[in-house]
Amino acid sequence: MDWLIALRDGTGPLGQWGPIVLGVIRVLLFVVPILTLVPGLIWWERRLLSWMQDRIGPNRTGTITFPESFPLAGLRGKKVRTFGLLQPIADGVKLFFKEDATPAAVDRLVYFTAPAVALFPAFALGGTLPIASLRYPFEAAGSGIFAFFTPVANVDIGILYVLAISSLGVYGVVLAGYASNNKYSLMGGLRASAQLISYELAMAMSLACVVMASGSMKIPDIVAFQEGPLWGFVNGVQNWAIFTPYGLVAAVIFVICMIAETNRAPFDLPEAENELIAGYHTEYSSMKFAVFFMGEYAAMFVFSGVFAAVFLGGANLMPFRWEQLSSDFPAMAGLFRGLAYANYWLGPVAFLAKQAAGITFFIWLRATLPRLRYDQLMNLGWKSLLPMGVANFIVVGLWVVCTQMFGPAGGFASLLGAFVVLFVLYTNLVGAAKTSTPGIQKRGIKMVDPTPQGVTMVDPNKV
Amino acid sequence: MSASEIGFLALALLAVIGAAGVVLIDNPVRSALCLVLNFFVLGFIYFTLGAPMIGITQIMVYAGAIMVLFLFVIMMLKRQGAMAKPDKPDSRLGLAVVLGLALAVTVYATVIAPQGVTLPLGIKDYGTPQAVGVSLFTNFVWPFEVVSVLLLVGIVGSIMLAKRRI
Amino acid sequence: MQNEFIPLLLLMLVAAVICTAMVTLSWVLGPKKNTPYKASPYECGVQPAGNANERFPIKFYLVAILFVMFDIEVVFLWSWLTVFNSPLTGLDFKIFSFMEVLVYLSTWIVGYAYVVRVGAIDWDETTSLHPEKLGQTAQEAN
Repeated sequence: MDWLIALRDGTGPLGQWGPIVLGVIRVLLFVVPILTLVPGLIWWERRLLSWMQDRIGPNRTGTITFPESFPLAGLRGKKVRTFGLLQPIADGVKLFFKEDATPAAVDRLVYFTAPAVALFPAFALGGTLPIASLRYPFEAAGSGIFAFFTPVANVDIGILYVLAISSLGVYGVVLAGYASNNKYSLMGGLRASAQLISYELAMAMSLACVVMASGSMKIPDIVAFQEGPLWGFVNGVQNWAIFTPYGLVAAVIFVICMIAETNRAPFDLPEAENELIAGYHTEYSSMKFAVFFMGEYAAMFVFSGVFAAVFLGGANLMPFRWEQLSSDFPAMAGLFRGLAYANYWLGPVAFLAKQAAGITFFIWLRATLPRLRYDQLMNLGWKSLLPMGVANFIVVGLWVVCTQMFGPAGGFASLLGAFVVLFVLYTNLVGAAKTSTPGIQKRGIKMVDPTPQGVTMVDPNKV
Repeated sequence: MSASEIGFLALALLAVIGAAGVVLIDNPVRSALCLVLNFFVLGFIYFTLGAPMIGITQIMVYAGAIMVLFLFVIMMLKRQGAMAKPDKPDSRLGLAVVLGLALAVTVYATVIAPQGVTLPLGIKDYGTPQAVGVSLFTNFVWPFEVVSVLLLVGIVGSIMLAKRRI
Repeated sequence: MQNEFIPLLLLMLVAAVICTAMVTLSWVLGPKKNTPYKASPYECGVQPAGNANERFPIKFYLVAILFVMFDIEVVFLWSWLTVFNSPLTGLDFKIFSFMEVLVYLSTWIVGYAYVVRVGAIDWDETTSLHPEKLGQTAQEAN
């Protein structure tokens, strides 16, 4: 490991270029998995959707039957199955060789830039995301071999970087909609941009809650915070954000925003195929269309990673503090020590498993939920998630102050108390306001009742 | 040349290209795109100067939020392709070139010639989020609170602008 | 110059190269047989009607500007989050700054309540920014 340290500090044979070389390795270790896993992701979505809809889905491409005259005797007449895994790759290769039809009246420069701009944030998003544990068991932070290879850059502003880059995602869609010279594309692009910026706010609030609790914007520090004792006083269990009351609220907000930010069902209004044809990418053909597609899947992949790191304890397989347990229960110390090391070395696998679970959740939602209406979408983002996020933010602040003053147990009690007060407030204020305004009557909309004799107006209050 | 210098030069070049594009391109949407590029690269230049907080704010607020607003405003006006060019060259163009050259000479004479070309150095730990956070609540509490009032006025004002009749 | 950001720049570079390659490769590799039908915009398979250079509702602009306002409001809090629950600062600072933030957020709440009250984010044209809610009389509104 000495040569890695020398490489990182710029004292090795490569001199000052050492950190750059290490940086290139980190970038490749981050980007290559995305590029190789995205086709698998598409296959998984198609297969899973098929199973949920009682179909079979793509299961043929890539199945090779060797002929009887094959030179290798062992393979003659054998069948090699890949369960259709090569289907997305075949699709990709095909798309590269399809005609790139460009409509006449488009704004050509912007039209060609838009897909690239849409894909760019999806790749750049995870630059501060650690995909393995940075701490070797029983040692200080930053030890262990994974610390050299992940994240791409461990900077002070990790979480804000994710937010800032994801806010650039709006340009891809709005420019595609603008450049296509198609009314449906323009509508899709506008819808998409309003949706993305609305949910950006709630997403920032939900992440702010976790940042406030952990006291750092570095994602590795947030993971380290989650490795502490649960609620500050349960020693053997890790404090994954999703197990804490405020973290659970933040996680729900974040998941909803994450789906909206990636334009996935049920928030796929910008590309609603049955009303907007395909929204902003109607006029795109060949690989340019696939680039939008790929951007969506890559963003899903990386956002699942962010969720795993910020709310699900990062690269920890199970929420147990093995090191603490091994000192608490000396009789089983050997077992717990072994588990601690296994937890470290299986970190990347655990992280990938959490990402896969997140993606499966995305697909499951797509198979289950119908699309929202636009006003419902706006109301959900602005009138439910945003105030929820701000209330949660204040509650976390209260928790921090109370923990400092009365210790962890007192802080936790104040947390529960605050949530009860908020719930009572909500049911009394908002609940009362909701029942007092029957929508249709207030707006004075007339319902239309077509009969063979002609159209008659119906008063909705008398129906 | 060191890696830092190459990084800075690449970023500076991109920033200048973006800035030149804003001025030189006729099409307002493309021009706005160049401005996005400029803001984005500017954020990274702040990073390299040791001010990550201000840099990420630059990317988040300017590149991510305000430019979306700009694009909306540009697209909300009925587009007429490129902006109409004046029939004869603007007489102020010559003046602008002269003044620009004068500025360049001044910068060269006062900054570059005496000091030589060096990389700008940020003060260590000056612009970290922690430093900004502490100073916001010690030295700059009143400005911080006044900002919230200012933003409130902004919200009300923008709604007033968008209402049906003024 | 701090070197910790250089890997991020490299990531940007790699991402930009991948994106550009994908977009240009299909342009280079694919056949080009343009016909008038391919060159016209696809609008549900019927003759395109009118022009796509339409103006669009001011609603979108309003959402964007409100987003900018609320976004800036949150931006000021991020740096505070890193010192609030950290050993860098003492209890006095924590309590004082929390009170300050509560005051700060109270104006946020006033602004938010106003936005909801006048219906600035209602997508329904009949309830959004209605003159009555803005405190105008019918005469002024016309």
